[in-house]
Amino acid sequence: MDEQDIGTALQRQVLDAFQHETPLNIVGGGSKSFLGNASQGQTIDVGKHRGIVEYDPRELVLTARNGSTLQEIETALSKAGQMLAFEPPHFGDNATLGGTIACGLSGPRRPYCGAARDFVLGCKLLNGRGEILSFGGQVMKNVAGYDVSRLMTGAYGTLGIMLEISLKVLPRPAATVTMMRECDPAEAIASMSDLLGRPYPVDGACYDGEHCYVRISGSAQVVKEARTKIPGEVMAYAEAFWYALREHELPFFSGQGVLYRIMVKPATPHLPIAGSWLLDWGGAQRWLRSDEDVAAIRHRVELAGGHVTIFRGADHPNKIFQPLPETLMTIHQRLKASFDPKNIFNRGRMYPDL
Amino acid sequence: MSHHRNNNVALNTELIRALRSLLPPESVLVDTEDLRPFECDGLAVYRQLPMVVVLPETIEQVQQIMRLCHAQQVPVVARGAGTGLSGGALPLADGVLLSLAKFKNILNIDPHNAMATVQPGVRNMAISEAAATYGMYYAPDPSSQIACTIGGNVAENSGGVHCLKYGLTVHNILMLKIVTMEGELLTVGAETLDSPGYDLLALMSGSEGMLGIIVEVTVKLLAKPERAQVILAAFDDVEKAGEAVGSIIAAGIIPAGLEMMDKLAIRAAEDFVHAGYPRDAEAILLCELDGTHAEVSEYIMLVRRILIAGGATEVRTAVDEAERQLFWKGRKSAFPAVGRISPDYYCMDGTIPRRQLPHVLHRIAEMSAEYNLPVANVFHAGDGNLHPLILFDANKQGELQRTEEFGRSILQLCVEVGGTITGEHGVGIEKIDQMCVQFSGAELTQFHAIKAAFDPSGLLNPGKAVPTLHRCAEFGAMHVHHGQLPHPELERY
Repeated sequence: MDEQDIGTALQRQVLDAFQHETPLNIVGGGSKSFLGNASQGQTIDVGKHRGIVEYDPRELVLTARNGSTLQEIETALSKAGQMLAFEPPHFGDNATLGGTIACGLSGPRRPYCGAARDFVLGCKLLNGRGEILSFGGQVMKNVAGYDVSRLMTGAYGTLGIMLEISLKVLPRPAATVTMMRECDPAEAIASMSDLLGRPYPVDGACYDGEHCYVRISGSAQVVKEARTKIPGEVMAYAEAFWYALREHELPFFSGQGVLYRIMVKPATPHLPIAGSWLLDWGGAQRWLRSDEDVAAIRHRVELAGGHVTIFRGADHPNKIFQPLPETLMTIHQRLKASFDPKNIFNRGRMYPDL
Repeated sequence: MSHHRNNNVALNTELIRALRSLLPPESVLVDTEDLRPFECDGLAVYRQLPMVVVLPETIEQVQQIMRLCHAQQVPVVARGAGTGLSGGALPLADGVLLSLAKFKNILNIDPHNAMATVQPGVRNMAISEAAATYGMYYAPDPSSQIACTIGGNVAENSGGVHCLKYGLTVHNILMLKIVTMEGELLTVGAETLDSPGYDLLALMSGSEGMLGIIVEVTVKLLAKPERAQVILAAFDDVEKAGEAVGSIIAAGIIPAGLEMMDKLAIRAAEDFVHAGYPRDAEAILLCELDGTHAEVSEYIMLVRRILIAGGATEVRTAVDEAERQLFWKGRKSAFPAVGRISPDYYCMDGTIPRRQLPHVLHRIAEMSAEYNLPVANVFHAGDGNLHPLILFDANKQGELQRTEEFGRSILQLCVEVGGTITGEHGVGIEKIDQMCVQFSGAELTQFHAIKAAFDPSGLLNPGKAVPTLHRCAEFGAMHVHHGQLPHPELERY
């Protein structure tokens, strides 16, 4: 698809919405529409604002318009032997960079290499007044002003439209290997936790209820070495496995019913909630399919110091994200008002009062 | 230093009496000789005695102090170890200076979850020392790590020589407890890898004490690499050294540290600590590689090859740990080494896209001649963070002023080439006018609104980090955005 800069047209639409207080539903590729609360308002299509604006592999920085697809960005990076190190899930061929960053989504590498927000260096933002503002930049170290670009990451478009995003990118590892072995949940949790204290370049660890999978990536030497140090056998077709895990295409994710995303400290023992479990991020991100009541699940997880998002199959309007304490919600509302005083962007997508 | 609030003596007496009712007598300082150690941070050209210094030791005391100050509309400046380099902890004559020095306990080290919870006054280095028992460490290592505290690190989003691979403070913390100006205790972030709601953890990192008082920090711990090795490469041309940095990265290698020094810095460091640097080189690179034994061996071979192909006149790998430490000692002593050859020096902190390095160094050399002030350059080459050290003599009429002008020109140059006015030292009071160069009026207004979301009364560290539009108009160096001058509402002279 052709590159296109429709920033001015988008700005006009936002100015118009600001004037008439029209709620806007920001849509890129539409691949993440299942996330969060139901969208409200008139659709503003940002998917046509696309193209890589600047990419110099030697600088390890890529700047692209928000409507660029993840596919085109990953293809460009791949040609230079580089990658998005947070391994974002796409959840559809039309997934855009803007949607991925707005939803703050990261894949299996996240606990070891960083989250989407860790790689965001800067953004050009269209705020709720229709102003185009720039924050951060194209350099790795920058402490001038508040870190607005990272604040945008995972804000589900409620604070503004990121017209352009600059990301730190990294070289693709020269080699990779996945070791797998059969074990019970307690053993899997203990061994994945143990790896956090070992100097191997682990970049994925997962337990699917039967097997524990550990992925090591780096130089050819380090991968050779890892085979002797990580228990288990070398997994065939490992790339397809990690892809299916990232894209929720493993059999675990198929079928109906609610899918919960449960965040806990990685070494947290297996939680006594009825349902089926899949542990990713070395135990720090746990997927649960369960018929239990959402309040009961939240209560259990809170006791363990964690939090719960209803990821798919929700029939729970306004209970998708973990509720915030009142004092924090007040700050959220003030921040929202500071970027979007007429509350036009993605109204209620995260929380009903935001 | 001017400030818009009046120094009301009656109010002060009342406030101090109230503070004394909250804290033991030795924790409320009002005598000039007791206040003196707090009059500046690491940027000593800015000095101001505070009205009073308080040294609470519990979160509850911090909350009480904040409620009291909020009720009486008294500004508060937080302070860690005072090693900051931008005057961010500069006190206010009519304000309370809140020192976190008594919050120095490590509360929990949790190797199973790779995290540690500490009080804000814990020294950066102390965290790694405590985690060493478990073969772990806390990655960010600002040069002041022996003295600087984790609370200050969060407030400044501190970096260090290993950021290219391991990131800044913002990448290495999980959760904060903060007390707002109103005295509310908030938890920001979580012990889990992410937390519900907006990423306030990112907003707090580098917020320079403008949004809340940090009273507890949970950091990530990493496994210590099996081995670290450093290569020293000499070049007869700065440009070649810069090119070699790009080649290492283009080869798919992310070194743990990648530092560059120019001739003046090399000579000063060599004369000071005898690190074995080649005194005749125009530039040296220090490239540290870490990981498992096999990985490091493999990368050393590769990097050596790249450096030689890139025209290095000499490539040396440290023969043992002692030599590795010595190579680093030279780099880490660069600032004091320059301090030995000049009565005073002024350390700048801009970041540039790496490809701009030859151009920027060339321009700095030209300006050095124009201003008639020598410059030594040390450079976190891996991540584009440049520290030009301007040599001057404050006792010579007009030299400080000329130095500051020169410094401002360097920062302006950094912005022009697509970089930033501060990579790791923060804006504080020092670079507040340069913020007008980097940001438009609408962007600065957004920053003020973010502050107001946390601190509606504007009493936390007022006058730092983000300039008022009025100040920018007076400063005159305006950011030109989309061809338009910002602040059309303001008169210009």
